[in-house]
Amino acid sequence: MIFAVAKSRLWNLRHDRAAFVLAFILPIVFFSIFASIFGRGSGRSATPRIRVAVVDEDHSPASRRFVAALKAESAMKAQEGPDAGSGKPAVYTEAAAEAAVRAGEMPIALVIPKGFAQGAIRFGPASDRAKILLLSDPSDPIAPQVLAGLIQKVAMTAMPDALARSGIDALDRWGGNLTQEQRRVLEENVARLPNAPAGSAGDGSGGLIDVALRDVLGQKKGNPMVAFYAAGLGVMFLLFSAAGAGGALIEEAESGTLDRILSTQVTMSRLLAGKLVYLAGIAAAQLTVMFLWGSLVFGLSMRGHWIGFFIMTVVTALAASTFGLLLAAVSRSRMQLVALSNLTVLAMSVVGGSMFPRFMMPEFMQKIGLLTLNAWAIDGFQKVFWREEPLTHLWPQVLVLSAISVVFFALARRIARRWEAV
Amino acid sequence: MIPGMSAPPLEALNLRKSFGEITALDGVSLEMPPGEILGLLGPNGAGKTTLVRSVVGRVTPDSGTLRVFGHPPSDPAATASRGWVPQEISLYPLLTPWENLWTFGRYQGLSGADLDRAIDRSLEWSGLADRSKDRTSNLSGGMRRRLNMAAGTIHSPKLLLLDEPTVGVDPQSRERIYTMIAELKAQSVSIVYTTHYMEEAERLCDRIAIIDHGRIIAAGTRDALVRSTLGVNQTVRIEAEGPIGPTLREKLERMGARVDGQGVLLLAADPPRQIRDLLEGFHAEKTAIADLSLKQASLEEVFLHLTGRELRE
Repeated sequence: MIFAVAKSRLWNLRHDRAAFVLAFILPIVFFSIFASIFGRGSGRSATPRIRVAVVDEDHSPASRRFVAALKAESAMKAQEGPDAGSGKPAVYTEAAAEAAVRAGEMPIALVIPKGFAQGAIRFGPASDRAKILLLSDPSDPIAPQVLAGLIQKVAMTAMPDALARSGIDALDRWGGNLTQEQRRVLEENVARLPNAPAGSAGDGSGGLIDVALRDVLGQKKGNPMVAFYAAGLGVMFLLFSAAGAGGALIEEAESGTLDRILSTQVTMSRLLAGKLVYLAGIAAAQLTVMFLWGSLVFGLSMRGHWIGFFIMTVVTALAASTFGLLLAAVSRSRMQLVALSNLTVLAMSVVGGSMFPRFMMPEFMQKIGLLTLNAWAIDGFQKVFWREEPLTHLWPQVLVLSAISVVFFALARRIARRWEAV
Repeated sequence: MIPGMSAPPLEALNLRKSFGEITALDGVSLEMPPGEILGLLGPNGAGKTTLVRSVVGRVTPDSGTLRVFGHPPSDPAATASRGWVPQEISLYPLLTPWENLWTFGRYQGLSGADLDRAIDRSLEWSGLADRSKDRTSNLSGGMRRRLNMAAGTIHSPKLLLLDEPTVGVDPQSRERIYTMIAELKAQSVSIVYTTHYMEEAERLCDRIAIIDHGRIIAAGTRDALVRSTLGVNQTVRIEAEGPIGPTLREKLERMGARVDGQGVLLLAADPPRQIRDLLEGFHAEKTAIADLSLKQASLEEVFLHLTGRELRE
């Protein structure tokens, strides 16, 4: 009897392809996505490479060596200028690097100050040392921490002579004066050090190079992640609710109501347009509630951001709604719609940065994320609330989300022809 | 025919429609005068639904001509003058009757005071005025059927397609639906009435068309159909008290009767003589009779005679 129950359920699962997909394909898809983001194949570090804009204001042999060592460091991707084809000057200045961080083009910038060669590495009090300046975006709290550690490592492995000289000076100063003979022998040994193989300095104790951190964004804001989560989670739930509400079309088809509607003066185009107006209105209301809640409870500032919020809300709501309509048009049953929406919305939300920021992902995943409407919507809201960029800077997001809306609606309309007169 | 209200409500000429290998309509021709209730009967799969869906513009015939008041079915003028009450309860279950009627009224182009008046009239007509604010899903089956009809007639169509409107309702609701139909007839609404209940068709319809294998195989008034199909208009039924023996069965069948278990059915052209012969046969074989009746031949007998007794699906 028990086996009969199990067997009939197994038959049911076999006949219900949507449930079958949910049971087996969905976990595999998500496993693959997460493995790609955090694993990137076997045996590789889970930490993505940090992209760093490097500005060398010292132009000394020591600073050049330091920059070369930064570039050689496998845990980061240091670059002294913007990507080719960006139309900007080939080499970063401090201002250009700061602008790049502010615009979200680079997660962090590193400025090597003038006078770096004269005592960048020195044991003892830090007050008179030239400090390396990190220009950071506080919405990415990980990058400065990791980079500060890497700087110490690079200094020790790439500039052992400077390290040793600093040690000799400290010994001379705090351990009693060295004799001329002692100093000569030490200098001879130190002279051999620049050619010494890198990586022999052991694990750095930190603090040999002074690092100053300056946030270039959000100095006046409380929680830098509130806008991100309001947008990220807002878009994800928008997609879920649009897909669910789009399912009304399938219910109408199954109940015969769609037949009745299409026998009246309502055409399929009018019907879909009406549903789009409804879905987009609901989606816009959902986003508004989400941001108002963020404003009331988590200190998200709406002041001065209303127009940008309105623009991003309209294009995001339209894109999410047309996505819901398209899924409903494609699905043959409510169950299929549930399976399809779970699969696509969760995948888009993970890759598109709704669940955790895209800057935490490997670079290739960040690029794949741009195939999702989540990424474009989140980037737009971040520009409005976090980076406080001018409204004109929203054009890529507005253009892409509008294009998505047009394409999705056109596709939904075309697929919905199957419900028209046969 | 010039399009307009002077044209017949429904005109079909040699309609054909196939779905793959299946021929759903195989040259259907039909014309309805204004104010008529036409019963459309046929076994499942005979082509009734395809014909109705063609009239409401949901199926496009492969060939033939179809006109609603002189207009093609997809023409806005045809849409405005035609109403459809599908067999399924095609309503929004979470909306109230008032909201459902508002929705379908708007879908038919009504607005403002006209729409308000149409909703009030429809609620009164369907006997749902006092339930207008309840959720539709909370209404009884009969109420939902009536609301289904009201939604299909909210715009006062002059041609109405009613698809089995009394399926699954209790006798009281059925009577109410009959009254609603009588009121429509009084307003000269032409009605195509699809049903499997023969007594319903006999009671309500001015004329009956029987469709099978995609063709209209008979059409006319009930009496004309009985006469043309059976040649007689009376039937004799006898119920024996016990089993009918082979000798009696042979005698009865020679008289033209059909024997089915303990029942005997004879289409009678000369009832007094034929009843006497039947009774003599029973008497001679010493078989007792439990019941004997003489009735007008029914539409069901016509239907079964024309479409056969084999299962269709």
